[in-house]
Amino acid sequence: MIHSLFLINCSGDIFLEKHWKSVVSQSVCDYFFEAQEKAADVENVPPVISTPHHYLISIYRDKLFFVSVIQTEVPPLFVIEFLHRVADTFQDYFGECSEAAIKDNVVIVYELLEEMLDNGFPLATESNILKELIKPPTILRSVVNSITGSSNVGDTLPTGQLSNIPWRRAGVKYTNNEAYFDVVEEIDAIIDKSGSTVFAEIQGVIDACIKLSGMPDLSLSFMNPRLLDDVSFHPCIRFKRWESERVLSFIPPDGNFRLISYRVSSQNLVAIPVYVKHNISFKENSSCGRFDITIGPKQNMGKTIEGITVTVHMPKVVLNMNLTPTQGNYTFDPVTKVLTWDVGKITPQKLPSLKGLVNLQSGAPKPEENPSLNIQFKIQQLAISGLKVNRLDMYGEKYKPFKGVKYVTKAGKFQVRT
Amino acid sequence: MTDSKYFTTTKKGEIFELKAELNSDKKEKKKEAVKKVIASMTVGKDVSALFPDVVNCMQTDNLELKKLVYLYLMNYAKSQPDMAIMAVNTFVKDCEDPNPLIRALAVRTMGCIRVDKITEYLCEPLRKCLKDEDPYVRKTAAVCVAKLHDINAQLVEDQGFLDTLKDLISDSNPMVVANAVAALSEIAESHPSSNLLDLNPQSINKLLTALNECTEWGQIFILDCLANYTPKDDREAQSICERVTPRLSHANSAVVLSAVKVLMKFMEMLSKDLDYYGTLLKKLAPPLVTLLSAEPELQYVALRNINLIVQKRPEILKHEMKVFFVKYNDPIYVKLEKLDIMIRLASQANIAQVLAELKEYATEVDVDFVRKAVRAIGRCAIKVEQSAERCVSTLLDLIQTKVNYVVQEAIVVIKDIFRKYPNKYESVIATLCENLDSLDEPEARAAMIWIVGEYAERIDNADELLESFLEGFHDESTQVQLQLLTAIVKLFLKKPTETQELVQQVLSLATQDSDNPDLRDRGYIYWRLLSTDPVAAKEVVLAEKPLISEETDLIEPTLLDELICYIGTLASVYHKPPSAFVEGGRGVVHKSLPPRTASSESTESPETAPAGAPPGEQPDVIPAQGDLLGDLLNLDLGPPVSGPPLATTSVQMGAVDLLGGGLDSLVCPGPLWIGGPNFVAPPAAAVPASLGAPIGSGLSDLFDLTSGVGTLSGSYVAPKAVWLPAMKAKGLEISGTFTRQVGSISMDLQLTNKALQVMTDFAIQFNRNSFGLAPAAPLQVHAPLSPNQTVEISLPLNTVGSVMKMEPLNNLQVAVKNNIDVFYFSTLYPLHILFVEDGKMDRQMFLATWKDIPNENEAQFQIRDCPLNAEAVSSKLQSSNIFTIAKRNVEGQDMLYQSLKLTNGIWVLAELRIQPGNPSFTVRLSLKCRAPEVSQHVYQAYETILKN
Repeated sequence: MIHSLFLINCSGDIFLEKHWKSVVSQSVCDYFFEAQEKAADVENVPPVISTPHHYLISIYRDKLFFVSVIQTEVPPLFVIEFLHRVADTFQDYFGECSEAAIKDNVVIVYELLEEMLDNGFPLATESNILKELIKPPTILRSVVNSITGSSNVGDTLPTGQLSNIPWRRAGVKYTNNEAYFDVVEEIDAIIDKSGSTVFAEIQGVIDACIKLSGMPDLSLSFMNPRLLDDVSFHPCIRFKRWESERVLSFIPPDGNFRLISYRVSSQNLVAIPVYVKHNISFKENSSCGRFDITIGPKQNMGKTIEGITVTVHMPKVVLNMNLTPTQGNYTFDPVTKVLTWDVGKITPQKLPSLKGLVNLQSGAPKPEENPSLNIQFKIQQLAISGLKVNRLDMYGEKYKPFKGVKYVTKAGKFQVRT
Repeated sequence: MTDSKYFTTTKKGEIFELKAELNSDKKEKKKEAVKKVIASMTVGKDVSALFPDVVNCMQTDNLELKKLVYLYLMNYAKSQPDMAIMAVNTFVKDCEDPNPLIRALAVRTMGCIRVDKITEYLCEPLRKCLKDEDPYVRKTAAVCVAKLHDINAQLVEDQGFLDTLKDLISDSNPMVVANAVAALSEIAESHPSSNLLDLNPQSINKLLTALNECTEWGQIFILDCLANYTPKDDREAQSICERVTPRLSHANSAVVLSAVKVLMKFMEMLSKDLDYYGTLLKKLAPPLVTLLSAEPELQYVALRNINLIVQKRPEILKHEMKVFFVKYNDPIYVKLEKLDIMIRLASQANIAQVLAELKEYATEVDVDFVRKAVRAIGRCAIKVEQSAERCVSTLLDLIQTKVNYVVQEAIVVIKDIFRKYPNKYESVIATLCENLDSLDEPEARAAMIWIVGEYAERIDNADELLESFLEGFHDESTQVQLQLLTAIVKLFLKKPTETQELVQQVLSLATQDSDNPDLRDRGYIYWRLLSTDPVAAKEVVLAEKPLISEETDLIEPTLLDELICYIGTLASVYHKPPSAFVEGGRGVVHKSLPPRTASSESTESPETAPAGAPPGEQPDVIPAQGDLLGDLLNLDLGPPVSGPPLATTSVQMGAVDLLGGGLDSLVCPGPLWIGGPNFVAPPAAAVPASLGAPIGSGLSDLFDLTSGVGTLSGSYVAPKAVWLPAMKAKGLEISGTFTRQVGSISMDLQLTNKALQVMTDFAIQFNRNSFGLAPAAPLQVHAPLSPNQTVEISLPLNTVGSVMKMEPLNNLQVAVKNNIDVFYFSTLYPLHILFVEDGKMDRQMFLATWKDIPNENEAQFQIRDCPLNAEAVSSKLQSSNIFTIAKRNVEGQDMLYQSLKLTNGIWVLAELRIQPGNPSFTVRLSLKCRAPEVSQHVYQAYETILKN
């Protein structure tokens, strides 16, 4: 099981350590630093590293490394999932998961870690249970605490801890009862040079924000549930109901949570909302090249495509770029060689384009690789898969809640090869 | 107001100040001080000196303060055991507190204090807490048993905590069940023999019920525990699978992968004809694919596991190729894994897409990745024959880019393509030669030299090209040197007139100026071959090369099966069994897939591997018998060989190819060399003057390594039996037997004339039979056979006669004619006379083939009363051309992996399991063959050979 945890920042300082069994010396992290050095890029550090006596399993999040030390055979996914959960909890408690936030709240962090893991076994990882045990810091509370001498540690057993619905606490009360659902779909796609789709799929999630009093029992049904054949559920969902009736039936956790995530992969269902015309060329034996990209709408179901950003990792030999956008702004970072073009909205009358010259290091050979374009965009009021919520019913409570569903489609890992 | 203030220090000793604050009367100040202490602890600062002061703060009603003090205690109690005793009273008192939170906290903290004196006091409170009315306390106590066991195992056993823990599996609260399972699993891991998790259908049922209700982490523990259970039949396996499948939709990827493990394992027990089997296969794909949309770290672990799953059951993901396409901003470790799986999934159906992708990757920035992509194109060419042409042209396009490392990788793989498809793509040689100068990596240089040597007759300036390499001979790496030596010898054999000087130069460079024994030895071998018998040299060096296998890097089947049982664990990430790397080893239990047991069949006790294999002894790949020699000689590049070297007549024992193809065949085990007539005592004149005695002895030393492995004695010969009694053949009695000696089969006949007249004009004919056995020469009885005379004749046989499947398979109908009449009889020949001398399969090939042959074709036999050890078995079988490819020891059993080939080219693979201590001397034999009908007869052959 998980032995110890080290938090390491980007400059390689270990700024927090926690041991659940005996103390493991910090020097074990040297193996991690070694791997980090070898990997060159922080994102390329292998997640599982073996050392003579331990295994180091790490994740990289928000510019921090969470490095756990284990000694026995443990499912690595278990450890990785747990580490992400730790990061999520920090995010949840402190609003951000950063070195500063953690250092500012080091005692709460320590208490949290102790609550989350016992002897290496996860104890309480549900946010609402943790919040009953250890109250999140607020300015008001710390002022009150320092005056009254009360503490931010709950002294009663959290109600959800042992019930069959550990995700919900008892006695929830709201004056305004609301249930909102966000259907968010991300398109992951690889488009090849000629514009045809090599690979495309939709990663969708339904995030919920439920503020309902008491013990509401909800069922959410869809117009076209057949779309959802590859789904991962929050533990609150009754699987049997879904299997038999294709209805999501659940007693929700209180607050924000991810209800389901799903994947739509059959090619014909995945519409590609934008196309990119591109012409990036480097001349042989000369120190310049041409760069020309134009973006246009494709299957956008009549909605506006907005928030478009194009990022391009230019080859190393590119020194600078002199470009003119017809709309939006562009920046080129000569150190990281990343070109970012903030396009904004597409208006079909005048397609946005970015043209100009590329300056190359003189004397260097013409770059072999063609840069891929990474596209970001957003379409409001549309779930690109066509998924539609039919209705939401509530049982078990008498009041009438406010209900709402919002759809949005975004680009996920959307890449255009050139 | 943030906690960072706790880090600020003052000039006057920090510890000193803290001490003062800790002893303050004010509660608030105390708490702040403890927080400061904890803050220092989090950054690894030593604050153990404050121990007594902190412990003094322990008796408080303030839960937060209490928790903080407990945190401190856990960290430092070990370094201050005497002081820690001071805390015991408070702990014991807290264990009686009315608040379950405090009871649980106390028992939990006590378990974390790893001090012997404290653990003694822990027993009573722990016993109470295990039976506490509050499930929260019970579940905390369950984990505490595991902690205590880690500190003092004996104590836990003596106090009977293990039994209490086992009882908790039946607890009404699912969380308690999950924690009890987790604790028991952890204890069981350190005591594999303890049989703690003695699972039976009842307890399984309880676990399955708890599975639905406990937290995600609990589900992982329960699933991992379920995976260790062996259902009694396929029906039970199916019902467990049905109850586990909903877990595949869980949001926690670790739950999903643990569920996949259970399903993959139990699927082994289901018959493929079941509808449910197909349903299950379909259900497995989506969750695996979903794992790939998670964070990169999760993807990595998932991909390592998918790699195993794809090898075990390729059908699950065969339609999901696209999800493995690489995105340019994937981390490198994800990219490389995806590429590996893409090649495994490549088939004729999707090869076009795959190639287009690979070509795209070959222009990426990351050098390692580009190299692997280029290599992958070569692997596709070898794997999917229809695509070979397209692959080659893609590779040529890449060579045109002139990017140095791309060109070099491409040349390395093109060499393999030449091996796989000889005489098909040689037109590209010219293009390759253009890039000769840019090659600076040994592997690429060696590959290029191999190509030049191999196709010397088609390259006009081959001698110039090779000569150019020769200039810097001593600066080259060993593999290039060896390659160059072989290539020049090949060139000499092909164009002897122009290249005499060159060959002499290289031989003297290799034998006289080199410190490398392998190079010297190979030089001497060539030298002697060339100087004694150039014809033999030609046949040796230019012999036909064995084919290379399609799949590379396959995991050995038994290891793969074991790893499938470890899906989701570290073992699955490293692709090694836990015994190979888990710290301390502590006698890891080997897991094996359950055998398929239909409910209708008699329930034979399922074979579960016993524990107790000494840790660390088990190698992670099969060591081949020839490893020693392989290590010595196999320093050059070697593509996997699909078949053994082909025998030719000039050198006995099929030693032929070992120098010719040059590359890999040197791994062939030793016996091939022994008895090469020219080597044993070379005529003095033939030895070049410079090769004195020391060289000769060097060579024989090398041969000594292997001597005794094989001898020239032929296969086992059964005593003659009467085939045709005199009664039935008017006085002619025929008895006989079959023999096989050095590649030729013969029928040894004994003809006795029991009649009163002289017999003449003998002739023999065979009816068509299963393996095309036919007399290779007429039956020659030189003198007339007078009454009461007996004559012994050896009739040479070949296997080129007409073929008809007989029943039984090895039935042979014979007609013998003499001056009196024609007589018919039939006899059964032992199958081992058909085992050919080149029946030794390459290891890689063996693995690939074993995997490739469907499980239905596997036949299991037992050979009883065979008191031989593995060595004896192996050498006995070897003399009958059953070759041991690898041997290993698993849990005290010797496992032999063997191959043999029949005259008609059918390969039979065998796994022989010998248990030295077994009183009944039973040897288990599993045979796999594409033609399963021969298995029975091969088994009989095994039995006859082993028992004689």
